Amino acid sequence: MLISYEWLKDYVQIKLSPEELANKIEKTSVEVDSVFKRSDGLKKIVVGQILSIKDHPDADHLHITQVDVGEDEPIQIVCGAPNVEIGKKVIVALSGARIADNVKIKKSKMRGVESNGMLCALDEIGFDKSLVPDEWKDGIYFLPDNARVGDEVYNYLGMNESLIDLDVTPNRGDMLSVRGTAYDLGAVFDEKVNFIEHASAPTGTHDTDELISAKADPNLAPIYKLKVVENVDVKPSPLWLQIKLWNSGIKPINNVVDITNFIMVKVGQPMHAYDLDKLKSKDLEVRNAKDGEVITTLDGNDRKLTSTDVVIADDKPIALAGLMGGKDTEVTSGTKNIVFEAGVFDPVKTRKMAQKQLLHTDASQRFERGVDHGNVEAALEYAAGMAEDLANGESEQGVVNGSNEEVQPRVISISSSYINHVLGTNLSVKEIVSIFKRLGFGVEESGDNLTVTVPTRCWDLKIDADLVEEVARIYGYDNIPSTLPITQTTEGGLTPKQEMIRKSRETLEGLGLTHAMSYSLTTQEKAKMFMLRASSETPLQWPMTEDHAILRMNLISGLLDDVAYNQARNVLNVPLYEQGRVFYKQDEDQVRPDEVEHIAGAISGSLVSNSWDQKAKPVDFYQIKGILEKYLASLSLKGHITYVSTDKMADMHPGRTALIKLDDHLIGFIGEVHPKVAKQFKIKETYVFELDLDYLYTAPKSGQQYQKVGQYPAIHRDIAMLVDENVTNAEINKLITRRGGAYLQDATVFDVYQGSNVPEGKKSIAYSLTFEDPNATLKDETVDKAVDKIQKRLTNELNAEIR
Amino acid sequence: MALKEDLEQIKTNGLQNIKAAQDGKTLNDLKVNLLGKKGSITKALHGISELPVEERPKIGSLANKLRDELAKTIDSKRVELDQAALNQKLKDEKIDVTLPGDSVPKGHPHVIQQIIDEIDDIFIGMGYQVLSGPEVEEEVYNFEMMNLPKNHPARDMQDTFYITKDILMRTHTSPMQARALQKHDFTKGPLKMVSPGVVYRRDTDDPTHSHQFHQVEGIVIDKHITMADLKGTLEVMTHKLFGDKFQVRLRPSYFPFTEPSVEADITCFNCNGKGCDVCKGTGWIEVLGAGMVHPNVLKMAGVDSNVYGGFAFGVGPDRFAMLKYGVDDIRDFYLNDLRFLSQFD
Repeated sequence: MLISYEWLKDYVQIKLSPEELANKIEKTSVEVDSVFKRSDGLKKIVVGQILSIKDHPDADHLHITQVDVGEDEPIQIVCGAPNVEIGKKVIVALSGARIADNVKIKKSKMRGVESNGMLCALDEIGFDKSLVPDEWKDGIYFLPDNARVGDEVYNYLGMNESLIDLDVTPNRGDMLSVRGTAYDLGAVFDEKVNFIEHASAPTGTHDTDELISAKADPNLAPIYKLKVVENVDVKPSPLWLQIKLWNSGIKPINNVVDITNFIMVKVGQPMHAYDLDKLKSKDLEVRNAKDGEVITTLDGNDRKLTSTDVVIADDKPIALAGLMGGKDTEVTSGTKNIVFEAGVFDPVKTRKMAQKQLLHTDASQRFERGVDHGNVEAALEYAAGMAEDLANGESEQGVVNGSNEEVQPRVISISSSYINHVLGTNLSVKEIVSIFKRLGFGVEESGDNLTVTVPTRCWDLKIDADLVEEVARIYGYDNIPSTLPITQTTEGGLTPKQEMIRKSRETLEGLGLTHAMSYSLTTQEKAKMFMLRASSETPLQWPMTEDHAILRMNLISGLLDDVAYNQARNVLNVPLYEQGRVFYKQDEDQVRPDEVEHIAGAISGSLVSNSWDQKAKPVDFYQIKGILEKYLASLSLKGHITYVSTDKMADMHPGRTALIKLDDHLIGFIGEVHPKVAKQFKIKETYVFELDLDYLYTAPKSGQQYQKVGQYPAIHRDIAMLVDENVTNAEINKLITRRGGAYLQDATVFDVYQGSNVPEGKKSIAYSLTFEDPNATLKDETVDKAVDKIQKRLTNELNAEIR
Repeated sequence: MALKEDLEQIKTNGLQNIKAAQDGKTLNDLKVNLLGKKGSITKALHGISELPVEERPKIGSLANKLRDELAKTIDSKRVELDQAALNQKLKDEKIDVTLPGDSVPKGHPHVIQQIIDEIDDIFIGMGYQVLSGPEVEEEVYNFEMMNLPKNHPARDMQDTFYITKDILMRTHTSPMQARALQKHDFTKGPLKMVSPGVVYRRDTDDPTHSHQFHQVEGIVIDKHITMADLKGTLEVMTHKLFGDKFQVRLRPSYFPFTEPSVEADITCFNCNGKGCDVCKGTGWIEVLGAGMVHPNVLKMAGVDSNVYGGFAFGVGPDRFAMLKYGVDDIRDFYLNDLRFLSQFD
């Protein structure tokens, strides 16, 4: 909300500059978005008087004007505006001027005729088009006749006023008016507020209730009041009022409508004016709309209504309650008799209707945040009085009440010790009472206990905590001390699962993978790729884009997007991991998905790049498997990990993918992304893994990893063999381990070969065996025997040819 | 005394040859030729029997001395040659130490994760538990129990992705506070916790908005927790995260779940408080929201608000990372460009 610094100063003494005031407001009340003058950035824009007008010889719509700008000679300006008129005082941007949008005006020739400046419309000197009164929207602006030629124009148009743009929080609806802001500053500066509430002195001969009646459901409008003013002369408002409005961000319309907006801005009460003679019935009602009713609002839109909407109606809707009036009963230049309306509309219903109709108005903004219930009639009378002054109207006697709840100031009990207890301050009762008095609250003291009477203009203060806030902000947050909580000692820390997750991240980073963070919301297609288990989808009700429409059920697809992003930018080596949640649903009926922690990795290119000393090794299955094995080892799982070849995962290479099992439980998978999928993601050969971290967290761990290191030397033997190419390492290894005897500590494959010298369909595979006796030096004969046994078994059971 | 002269001759020649030797082999040959069983000294001594008996010991002793001297000389020459050879070898082995080292695979933590971990650790150090909650939340926990009833204008501040009418993507990590408040046994002591995590808002992604970002919210509830404690706690966090020169100031604000509510500003990173474009000339940057927990929040969680109270705060690690490192586009955190990610360790 825009509020004029100069206008505020009419009611409360302010010793600070506008910028200082803005800072102060931020520290005590609400945020300030900006402080500016409409003249900021403008230069050399002065009052001119048009002395003569000639048609341009070579252009139909251009005029050649001679304009007195207070210099020795008039200047010649070519102007295209349709409303140029001899004798009028106009806005002249001289040569060298800066006008709106930092445009510089230079001497120029227009169709061959010299032009030494520009005659300006309001929007050309920075007024937003939405603020320019209709009468000036298609031409240059005429300044008042008494404007002095050669003067800068700014003061004539209120453009030197400093405007403070307040970002009013929902609890500070009271600051959506000059009156509320002035009272707030009065409290902040401990200054008296001189706010005069005008009232009409009715000159009409009728009682309002002879001319109109009203009925309002108190649930829709707890207060609803009307007052009639007859014989008004509808015309543009005087310039002072127009300035007040446009400096509040509101477009001047005509004197009657401007009065309602002025009252809203000044005292915070939104109002409306109807043309009395356009009402089809003089019995107005605030009611729910009937399904299918239609109203054309003042903005020209036809709006279809339903029974949740609230309207003011004669025999049909004439206004959307608290939002906007209807076109049919609009006050226009021909209007003679008017009805002013002031009321209180239900905040929730107003908000719902504004959202539904996409119609957020200055009025609805205020009704949503609440208005001062105690000031409705005063505002109505004030408007009627202004209509007498500005529109020569005759204000009729009294008001009509459609509803009229009884309004009482709120009384809140609080103690000074409670305030100090919450704030951590040590304020005396006297200091606290003085703060409440500055705020204009009534206070009754009884020792430590205070009974505070809050005026109706501070309607959002309801409970003691609200009063604590008032004390805090007026006393000043800067003055509140800094301490740390004194409590019983508490044991802080991560949960065991969080610890495991953090350690997992550190391990993978140590192994060369970089932590990526992707979006959980993704496309329908990507959400269900690479799934570790079957799951129903969890879609958003109203996604903003298809890219973020469904909750992911895997992490890999996000990582592949990252690989693609990098590779598109020629970063070809991409080793990434992500830790995060996937969202599974058993079936469509499950509403809330299970959130399962996963961890996944993706490597494309190579882990280290080619260098002068080192050749890059492109990633392959075994490299990423090595990383995964190291990671899994770091978890000290008690169970046994196996890798089972699978060709069943649609998005994975059928010959280069393994399911990972912990004992019999599937915990993840590893392998190469299917070349078709890689192509679809526009990535190079990429290897991935994804693990169910939640399961790994719950899986039993071996508490102690330490094993005594033997004192006696180990003996190493190699076994090389030819086997059928389909025999896996796992099978051979299992056999060796099972048949290796008591002293076999380890069997590791060290060579696998197929090619020349190896018969077709066979492979050569070699193992390094380590034997060790923890209690004695092993004899060669013992080891020879064990090796012999192993070799026999290999020959018998796997048809191996020992070499 | 020809024999004696012979020996003198052997000595002179021998020493000369040893001195001239350039390698170990020459030296070995010399040793054999001079001192070996068939060496020149032995040969020369063949004639000793022709000498008078009384002369013989003298010559013998002279020959022994000569042997010793030559042997010693050979040894020291050998040391000298070894040293020279080593020196030569070391010289030959000289490398260009300015060539780069081999690259070793090394991953990087995500900058936002780092900030979250740092914040967690700061609060763990002050005795806070770290608790995680669901990302897909019940509307009741996300809004109602945070004192945000339906149709409350403040719901506009948190545009929401809904799964169903009652289930949504959490818009803040505060619902975890409600869950913790419900569970906590206050007879066992205060509740002090932070809840880090991913949150979602119905926002169009642009340089300052992301539909997904992170929050760490904290809450302390006990019998005597004050706004001053909140201020002090935020100061500790700020000093530890950013450095001691950063000041904290509180300003009034509005959140439905706290009353009083405050925004906390810290000294502008860009101008150190002097005032610049980044801080709109104020010298301060808004970094987080906080306040004293609203009695309704406590009541709805079953906590007696007449006995217990405390503060809550919510910080945005994304915003902190942007401020701390001068990142000007929040989307950079989620693109996972390695050229970006690898700048943070």
